[in-house]
Amino acid sequence: MNARQRDENPAGIHLPLDPLPGHTSRGRLERVLRRGEFAVTTELNPPDSADPEDVYNRAKIFDGWVDAINAVDASGANCHMSSVGICALLTRMGYAPIMQIACRDKNRIAIQGDVLGGAAMGVANMLCLTGDGVQAGDQPGAKPVFDLDSMSLLETIRIMRDNGKFLSGRKLTTPPQVFLGCAVNPFAPPYDFRPIHLGKKIAAGAQFAQTQYCFDVPMFKAFMQKARDLGHTEKLFLLCGVGPLASAKTAKWIRSNVPGIHIPDAVIKRLEGAQDQKKEGKQLCIDIINEVKEIPGVAGIHVMAYRQEEYVAEIVDESGVLKGRQPWKREIRRDDQLVAQRLDHILHDEVTETQVDMVKTAH
Amino acid sequence: MSDKQPAVTQATLVKKAAPKSDYKPADVSPQRRVQRTFAVRLWSIRHSRLLEWFYSRFADVFLLLHPLWKGIGYSRVEAPVKFVEKRVKGFMFDCRMCGQCVLSSTGMSCPMNCPKQLRNGPCGGVRANGNCEVEPDMPCVWVKAWEGSRNMVHGDKILTVQKPVDQSLRETSAWLRVTAQAAAARETTQNPGASA
Repeated sequence: MNARQRDENPAGIHLPLDPLPGHTSRGRLERVLRRGEFAVTTELNPPDSADPEDVYNRAKIFDGWVDAINAVDASGANCHMSSVGICALLTRMGYAPIMQIACRDKNRIAIQGDVLGGAAMGVANMLCLTGDGVQAGDQPGAKPVFDLDSMSLLETIRIMRDNGKFLSGRKLTTPPQVFLGCAVNPFAPPYDFRPIHLGKKIAAGAQFAQTQYCFDVPMFKAFMQKARDLGHTEKLFLLCGVGPLASAKTAKWIRSNVPGIHIPDAVIKRLEGAQDQKKEGKQLCIDIINEVKEIPGVAGIHVMAYRQEEYVAEIVDESGVLKGRQPWKREIRRDDQLVAQRLDHILHDEVTETQVDMVKTAH
Repeated sequence: MSDKQPAVTQATLVKKAAPKSDYKPADVSPQRRVQRTFAVRLWSIRHSRLLEWFYSRFADVFLLLHPLWKGIGYSRVEAPVKFVEKRVKGFMFDCRMCGQCVLSSTGMSCPMNCPKQLRNGPCGGVRANGNCEVEPDMPCVWVKAWEGSRNMVHGDKILTVQKPVDQSLRETSAWLRVTAQAAAARETTQNPGASA
């Protein structure tokens, strides 16, 4: 019915793509970024369930609008389905997940094992995070591990990939081919250290970065200016984090309860003054996207629409960042579709097809 | 998927459901509870340049004494040196005896005081006032580290990527380790090939 999509393995959607020169992974996200296209990534709200359908349904609403989906690793130290599990399900269906690895819950032995396991399942992108403290979550009595930090985690995976070795020096028979990411927060002190800190992450192995929610564009511009001056944007693809705020009340709650998210007063005032706060929140997000996409060095956006995932498609569409490009979309295979079309006929019509009859009708 | 952000999170519910008791422990993380106050630590960061100068002299003296340490035996001097080191660095920097001191690369602000024990820079949760996300009344160790490093001659050492902490070296003397390593390095440069 349709031609094969770009960035798809003809032998099967769940298989890695052909290796390309200069690429470290065999995934879709790296291809999109290296081609210079404006990338869009988003975050899947991890289910509190053991039902794979929950993951598939939550991924489905992004179909055709995003290049990669972040599988979060117990964000906010709240327990959910693990990022490895989500990645296993998503890769099976051909999606390009970004496996988040937080240092809070696992020591270096577990992490290196998960990196190999994830890469074997076809995870092409990994995002190295420190993780929130356990005190922030629903199980504050848990033991915080923090054996590695985001920087040493980046370096560990880079060594595994490029040198084909564990941290201990033991050899890997097949190194993981991954595109390495990190998080940046330009909106938290020490402000003048942040761009330099990003440089440190690049040195440790980061190839792409996703920022914290951007609500303060001038502040982000200042950060980008410094990052460009230091030459970071040539070595790393920076995706600006954006997202809709549901209401002024939510914005205030986030501001006082979630450390690291900076929401200026002007944003709250704009939301408060609106008739329909939810719609205004979405519009605000689109306006911010339109501003940040013009900043030199911004390679894409990372849309975080927590509990408003159904808005991601609208936001991406209305902001026009894809410029008509359609990211990879999960489509029904041709043979499956044929069967689906004829299913009604096969099941309900009383037909017995014998070869003798078929020959007659064929002529 | 609900439309609204929940007014109370599960974390708040858990906190509220905790049994009421007259004894409410101070602070949030065990790291913070071990130390009494961070006034001295902040003084050390403000005087990072002086301490950096002092530390390099001190390392030279220790290296000069290498034959002595070797004569007595490193294993025998370990206990007294560690005793002194733990008290001195504990008082000055709230040292946690990780055994692999990186103070000179972190603006004289001990990174092991961070509730996440980050050794390579701040996390993304630093509050707007520069305080820690876990301990709202404590200044972020890495905000201070950046300030301290700006005063130092070799402050740019903050840019080197630190290896993960070797947990097997905890509660050992970093001073003796650095001295022994420096002595070994000096010997190999003086007569290369001899050690091989």
